[in-house]
Amino acid sequence: MTEKKLADWWNESHASLYEKLGGEAAVNAAVDIFYRKVLADPRINRFFEGVDMEKQAAKQKAFLTMAFGGPHNYTGMDMRRGHAHLVKQGLNDSHFDAVMEHLGATMKELNVPDELIAQAAAIAESTRNDVLGR
Amino acid sequence: MTSITYGGNTYPLDKHQSVLDCLVGHGAPVPFSCRSGVCQTCLMRAVRGVPPEDSQRGLKDSLKLQNYFLACVCHPTDDLEAALPQEVVCSLPATVTALEPLNGEIMHVSLECHAPLEYRAGQFINLFRDPTLGRSYSLASVPGHDEHLHLHVRRLPQGRVSGWIHEELRAGQTVEIRGPSGDCFYVPGRPEQEMVLIGTGSGLAPLYGILRDALRRGHSGPIRLFHGSRNRAGLYLTGELRELARNHSNFEYVPCVSGEEPAPGLEGGRAHEIAFREIGDFKDKRLFLCGHPEMVSAAKKRAFLAGAAMKDIYADPFNVNAAP
Repeated sequence: MTEKKLADWWNESHASLYEKLGGEAAVNAAVDIFYRKVLADPRINRFFEGVDMEKQAAKQKAFLTMAFGGPHNYTGMDMRRGHAHLVKQGLNDSHFDAVMEHLGATMKELNVPDELIAQAAAIAESTRNDVLGR
Repeated sequence: MTSITYGGNTYPLDKHQSVLDCLVGHGAPVPFSCRSGVCQTCLMRAVRGVPPEDSQRGLKDSLKLQNYFLACVCHPTDDLEAALPQEVVCSLPATVTALEPLNGEIMHVSLECHAPLEYRAGQFINLFRDPTLGRSYSLASVPGHDEHLHLHVRRLPQGRVSGWIHEELRAGQTVEIRGPSGDCFYVPGRPEQEMVLIGTGSGLAPLYGILRDALRRGHSGPIRLFHGSRNRAGLYLTGELRELARNHSNFEYVPCVSGEEPAPGLEGGRAHEIAFREIGDFKDKRLFLCGHPEMVSAAKKRAFLAGAAMKDIYADPFNVNAAP
């Protein structure tokens, strides 16, 4: 194997989920679809009442970037702090599940292969306890 | 070496260092969160120099045009002077050239700036009655077309600035203005895109500017303006708008009244309700919403749920100042 090919092989086999999905373009394609699903869901949309839609859309984009395994610097602590006020309002597993459902449905709509959807779901799932403040 | 100027200080930027890391490293109070160019918390504006394209990813076109950038992913190759969004305001005197009532409660104010003011139709300025008392008013004028700045000032009950404008301000007087601010304006490009403009009351001011700006720049896609008021007396510029519609086949003007039986040529109902009834699908449409904050926020959400892309929704809610 030449050096060039070796580099390609390394990159291909080690490409992150984020890259496999198409990087930032994939997040951009997903964010409006995902956020629209979240806002239209009566199970969870009360948590978004009165928030600035634009700022929230940026947060949804940050969430998807993280779920897709892209560059982010969020820590468990940030997740706890960022959701503490919602936990006080009753945020629980059922709401977290609803968001997970929309994440999966969004990626399905964008024809993302099942195995990559599962990988993204696993990344998002790993934040559950921090988001719910446990 | 590239440098970054902020808050009167100039800092050298280390190789590979972002503007955010540099500023925060020197203790400058810049808010941030994700540090990855996503959450937009560290939004800043270059007041001198041009931010690299990479640092503007994901921003609305109207923000890009004003040199806004995300500090955490900004690696400039030339010197930059940056400010936080709310810090970028210049103050200058302007002389009132005309005051004419547009209807019973809205006054047309024409201002001549003492120095050239770079702005876009639809942005707003703050007009000061005295150094501590000012209010925001949208610009209805089009730069390069209208000689002076035009405002439509609605008189508010006990309005300390609007009441003063209506009763005491006279042509020839000089006032202080600050601005411009705001990102609700027409961005050239995609001239074939459909545009929907919805406004209530003096929310027509920015829309009147945006509309004429778009037409002047050759926007060819259909443009529909829904302007609403409770009664017929609250509508204004109807003659001008009807004439624009006669002269531009792609422009349609829909005046709406919600509190009385509509006369011929008027629609009955609230402007945004009528717009949503007539337009079911907002996919690929560019939307401008101005006026009552509740209407703006409800319409924004509804249009987004009806398929409008977040980046295609431009809004200017008229928040009435709660201060006495």
